[in-house]
Amino acid sequence: MSAFTHTIPATGAVLAVGAEGSLDSFLENSFGPVARGLESVVFYSVPLFGTQFPLIVLWLVLLGLFFTVWLKLLSVRGMAHAIQLVRGRYTDKDAAGEISHFQALATALASTVGLGNIAGVAVAISLGGPGAAFWMIVAGFFAMSTKMAECMLAVKYRHVREDGTVSGGPMYYLRRGLADIGLKKTGLVLAALWAFFMMIAAIGTNAFQSNQAVAQIVEVAGGGSVGAWLDDNRWVLGLALALATGAAILGGVKGIAKVTEVLVPFMAVLYVASALIILAVNLTAIPAALAEIVTSAFNPQGVAGGAVGALIVGFQRAAFSNSAGVGDAPIAHSAVKTRRPATEGFVAALEPFVDTIIVCTMTALVIVTTGVFRDADPDAVDGVTLTSRSFATVAEWFPYLLAIAVVLFAVSTVLSNSYYGMKAFGYLFGDNRIAENVYKVVFLSFTVIGGAVSLGPVIVFTDSVFFLPAVCNGIGLYLLARVIRREFRGYWHSLRAGEFETVEEMHAARNTARRTTDGS
Amino acid sequence: MSGADGARRPVMESLLVGVDHSESARRAARFALERAHALRARLRIAHVINWSRYHIQSLEETFERPVRRREEIARAQAEVLDPLLAWAEEEGLLEGVEVTTSVEHGRPSEVLADMAAKEGSDLIFVGRTGEANLRTAIFGSTASRLAQHAPVAVVVVP
Repeated sequence: MSAFTHTIPATGAVLAVGAEGSLDSFLENSFGPVARGLESVVFYSVPLFGTQFPLIVLWLVLLGLFFTVWLKLLSVRGMAHAIQLVRGRYTDKDAAGEISHFQALATALASTVGLGNIAGVAVAISLGGPGAAFWMIVAGFFAMSTKMAECMLAVKYRHVREDGTVSGGPMYYLRRGLADIGLKKTGLVLAALWAFFMMIAAIGTNAFQSNQAVAQIVEVAGGGSVGAWLDDNRWVLGLALALATGAAILGGVKGIAKVTEVLVPFMAVLYVASALIILAVNLTAIPAALAEIVTSAFNPQGVAGGAVGALIVGFQRAAFSNSAGVGDAPIAHSAVKTRRPATEGFVAALEPFVDTIIVCTMTALVIVTTGVFRDADPDAVDGVTLTSRSFATVAEWFPYLLAIAVVLFAVSTVLSNSYYGMKAFGYLFGDNRIAENVYKVVFLSFTVIGGAVSLGPVIVFTDSVFFLPAVCNGIGLYLLARVIRREFRGYWHSLRAGEFETVEEMHAARNTARRTTDGS
Repeated sequence: MSGADGARRPVMESLLVGVDHSESARRAARFALERAHALRARLRIAHVINWSRYHIQSLEETFERPVRRREEIARAQAEVLDPLLAWAEEEGLLEGVEVTTSVEHGRPSEVLADMAAKEGSDLIFVGRTGEANLRTAIFGSTASRLAQHAPVAVVVVP
């Protein structure tokens, strides 16, 4: 067992609070032990600096650290260039009407920004103290390099069909990329394993999203008779969420995806704006909060495992918030229209920056400045509830806004994950309608289960399955490290040498050409 | 390049007209075709499908994009350009004019300005009111934006 789980309330304790014999507690009774059994395998921990360090967390951090050094901080050095790419400064006019860098980034962000940033930070702070937020940000910084590497590969080795549509992601770069360097068999095995684990990981993420969306609705519903009934019958809300998702993925109702995709960026902006308002109100408390975040990162009070405990919690939640190394986002990034794979690498590095560094820092500052986490009973107020109450200290209306945002984020992440899961499924089993629908039904039943059970076992389950694909993907990234560096070096070199024209330069060249032809 | 044979070039040799579904676009096309005939100039008839690199897409739409894009182009050809050409033919406006058509994605004013620069068009024609919508009401029309940004003279046909 890891140090991490010791701080999670035991499932039995949570059960006692819920209504005995209800469907919720039945699901909890059956789900909890499975989740914890799985966890003991995935989070196999080694003793390190006097505490238990889960190997998988170490794995992801080392991956990010390795590529940060291996690419010599290119993720940070290339940020200005990434922003130019997103703004279309290097986009050919021929690419009009195709997926732009901005769109690929926005789509990938829509599936990662969400509860990981809002609830994940709260989970980290309630388990690891404010210092955990510091480690989340550090992990976000490393994650930029991992994302950069994997998304570049996803474009480089994507499969382009005759009709112009593409399929990309770890299963393709593991298979083709490794075959290119003479590791054909390894590539095939890793690709298949990754796809298999991704199918399960998608289900896990889906359970977490549903759990937190339901938690926030129950929080907003209050202690009245309706609220109490919902609290005892959370599965009803989970079922509602599953029905909405099911209409989209089984019933082919396009409107749901459309509405969430349009509203999610809007809600994200609204969330950051609300955080800024609350920080403005607590302006004087910010320096102290920043100091607390930094000092408690190295010397936390009352955190299991001390500084390393805070670090583990922070790293773990960061990994969950931006999913760098897991390999789901490269699927979305692979759709971009570009002739140079490295470009999407630079753009993808912005994803953890926005997702983990900006949004998480905001949430952490709100939680720490308002101080709610200090008084709250960590067994009852955790995850999204903590974030919600922190915001509510300044803006009473905020929990309602958050409830809407959380439901939208949850639906969009659940939809994206069903898509990722289906892509992985399709890679393994081809187009088999019946098998596809079975997968979708299993997926949706976890939306219901996730909503019904308490946060503890859900987080345990989600974390466990979520990190499984990262093992295969990580091995592949290390094996392809030389390919990755060559691609980025070549691109960066050409860019510095001025070989790539910006839109303005293309125009200028065209106008000059025109003047010479006219100049008779 | 030109003038090598010493012959005088026509005042205007290449014209561009931007069209959409609207009545106003018909009037602009008529006007442009008549001028092209009189000036013995080539005329490019262009339709721009409104597209922004900042439009938000769902994951599914993202992957279907190449297919959708072709469908949009085919639809524009079938629903805008083909009927327009048929109408112009009927009206006898195509006689003696070399007409080319194109469909592009982008912001109409920007695409038309770029196209004029690229093709070396001497004049751009557009209708005054296109497919008006709320956006147009707030941010101004293609015609007014084009007038501000175009590299060549713009004729706004009422």
